[in-house]
Amino acid sequence: MATRRTTKKPNVSKEELLGYYRDMLLIRRFEEKAGQLYGMGLIGGFCHLYIGQEAVVVGLEAAAEEGDKRITSYRDHGHMLACGMDPKGVMAELTGREGGYSKGKGGSMHMFSKEKHFYGGHGIVGAQVPLGAGLAFADKYLENGRVTFTYFGDGAANQGQVYETYNMAQLWDLPVIFVIENNQYAMGTSVARSTKSPSLWERGAAYGIAGEEVDGMDVLAVKAASEKAVAHCRAGNGPYILEVKTYRYRGHSMSDPAKYRTREEVQKMREERDAIEHVRQLLLSGKHATEDELKAIDKEIKDIVNEAAEFSKESPEPALEELWTDIYAETAPQNA
Amino acid sequence: MATEVLMPALSPTMEEGTLAKWLVKEGDTVSSGDILAEIETDKATMEFEAVDEGIVGKILVAAGTEGVKVNTPIAVLVEEGEDADAAVASAPAPAAEAPAPAPAPSAPAAAAPAAPVASATLEPDYPEGTEMKSQTVREALRDAMAEEMTRDETVYLMGEEVAEYQGAYKISQGLLDQFGAKRVVDTPITEHGFAGLAVGSAFGGLRPIVEFMTFNFAMQAIDHIINSAAKTLYMSGGQMGCPIVFRGPNGAAARVAAQHSQDYAAWYAQIPGLKVVMPYSASDAKGLMKTAIRDPNPVIFLENEILYGRSFDVPVLDDYTVPFGKARIWREGTDVTIVSFGIGMTYALEAADKLAEEGISAEVIDLRTLRPIDYDTVLASVMKTNRCVTVEEGWPVASIGNHLSSYIMTNAFDYLDAPVLNCTGKDVPMPYAANLEKHALVTTAEVIDAVKAVTYR
Repeated sequence: MATRRTTKKPNVSKEELLGYYRDMLLIRRFEEKAGQLYGMGLIGGFCHLYIGQEAVVVGLEAAAEEGDKRITSYRDHGHMLACGMDPKGVMAELTGREGGYSKGKGGSMHMFSKEKHFYGGHGIVGAQVPLGAGLAFADKYLENGRVTFTYFGDGAANQGQVYETYNMAQLWDLPVIFVIENNQYAMGTSVARSTKSPSLWERGAAYGIAGEEVDGMDVLAVKAASEKAVAHCRAGNGPYILEVKTYRYRGHSMSDPAKYRTREEVQKMREERDAIEHVRQLLLSGKHATEDELKAIDKEIKDIVNEAAEFSKESPEPALEELWTDIYAETAPQNA
Repeated sequence: MATEVLMPALSPTMEEGTLAKWLVKEGDTVSSGDILAEIETDKATMEFEAVDEGIVGKILVAAGTEGVKVNTPIAVLVEEGEDADAAVASAPAPAAEAPAPAPAPSAPAAAAPAAPVASATLEPDYPEGTEMKSQTVREALRDAMAEEMTRDETVYLMGEEVAEYQGAYKISQGLLDQFGAKRVVDTPITEHGFAGLAVGSAFGGLRPIVEFMTFNFAMQAIDHIINSAAKTLYMSGGQMGCPIVFRGPNGAAARVAAQHSQDYAAWYAQIPGLKVVMPYSASDAKGLMKTAIRDPNPVIFLENEILYGRSFDVPVLDDYTVPFGKARIWREGTDVTIVSFGIGMTYALEAADKLAEEGISAEVIDLRTLRPIDYDTVLASVMKTNRCVTVEEGWPVASIGNHLSSYIMTNAFDYLDAPVLNCTGKDVPMPYAANLEKHALVTTAEVIDAVKAVTYR
């Protein structure tokens, strides 16, 4: 685990810090609630929580502009909240209800929002990587100046299609940022047990793709790296790789007993490296906010999450006719 | 001792070619590896090298001659002092009697003349009196893509060797010149990767045409075809469509053995979210390709290498399209319904001709699209003839024929006077040996036997 931290006093405004705090806290509280609803049997199937990794997507989104695209794997709730999707629609999809983003037909792993340029939510490990490069191919073809954030994990980093995509992305100068969310464990297999070379981003060098490692528990470090990557892509220099070192506190999915790591390891990370606590301390030590002000934000977030949970329970199950809809499109979609 | 130089077969399906240019003249001394001539096949122009050494005694086929059959002597090499004319006179194998090279294994198909097939459609897809021209399936596909690329700027073609090489099977001939490298994109050999990338570009607002050099290679990419392309509209509750065409040759070609000879019709036809097209004629190839490119859904377009070079009448219309889900009745009949699609139609039509000679009247239906399937046309015909035989090159288990049999049994059981029989490829990997390959494929004789069985003749 990289332990680089922002030691010097960061040059960052109060509003910006509060924004990160709010966004990360929303993801954490949302995920905690999702875990709770899963335990109550309201959410079924697979449910992969993002707790611990919040700084990754919040930091990356800080450098995104309107129209930029994002695509990720099945651990996707955080990405949806971070790009501004409605927590109610996400939670109602988790409960399989009509009010969900996919009308209850996609579930935790398959959600999309054309409005927010969120292209899923993909359940096959690594499949989103060429798909993300394809979004970037379309942007380059359409000359619209947008970039695509393509997220995948340390597990997906061993899929062949990732390297097929690296080759094409660099060959064609595609404006795509490959974000490797290295949370150290591909389900139950640690990076050390699955990967000979410990550095995943350096594999891009074989294709001539620039990249770097980033401390994923420090939202400011992630944001700074994201800005650099976005500038690289938007200037027409082709793809960029960010290997963001992070840590998931919960199991791979809800049914993971997590025997592959010690409780102490998880506890140590939570106590010493928690990304939300880090921003909280920056806010307090920089006198940007008082405990009371932060408590007010906590309350505000809690209300949003509770409201989402209520909506997800009250929203009806999809009508049976929905079984037979959305198999074929009648008219051409306007996706761009 | 004189040596004949024979017209070479330069591809598995080549039967004849054009002797474009001689690079040697009579009297020249040549040795092994020297380039003798340029030969134009339906796919490419290739240089033809000498295998033996000697003096070019006589050139038998002049430069520019078209339709030179494979194995025709095109020149004679003589030794020093040997008389060329005498050598020619004594040459043992005149062109016409030259033994066929490895006889094209899917014999009925490959041996069929390239002459236009008379269109016997009963419900033509174009107005009566439309001007027709003879075109190969290859040209029809090319024209369809060019017309749609002209019509819509977001349509682009991607695949291995589609641009500078002009297509491994020359389907994209000339498209690079016409549309440029931005829209005709050569990919690395990376099917899984470029199929996924193309699907992503469809999510992003483009309309890709992805050429697989053959559908055998699409197995590397099938996760993206099914999980990413076919299911996303449903998984997104209707938000995220994927307008894309996956096209390329499917099924057996000739003598390319197990890994290059599989028919995927039944595989893809099983997947909700995909549309599956498998044309037989050039006019259908053109009209269906244009429809496929315009369709807002992922379309699997299964072509056939052996059919690429066959000519058919194609209507001369500015914008000729053929709708999906509408079968074509090629031949009307009263005793039995033969249902087929793609290259299977070759056997079906040939069998119908022979059966007619024996007084059995077969109605022949070309499904043209396998998803959606035009069940109504099949049922109406079976209710009239009371008998049905299906024909396809694919394997027997879970075949399109199996599915049709079930559908007919469910919906027209009382009309049947005999069980529906399925003629399919054999339940074996494709062998290489010419005789074995011929038997592994469905044959016209098997179709005739099946028809006789269901008509109790």
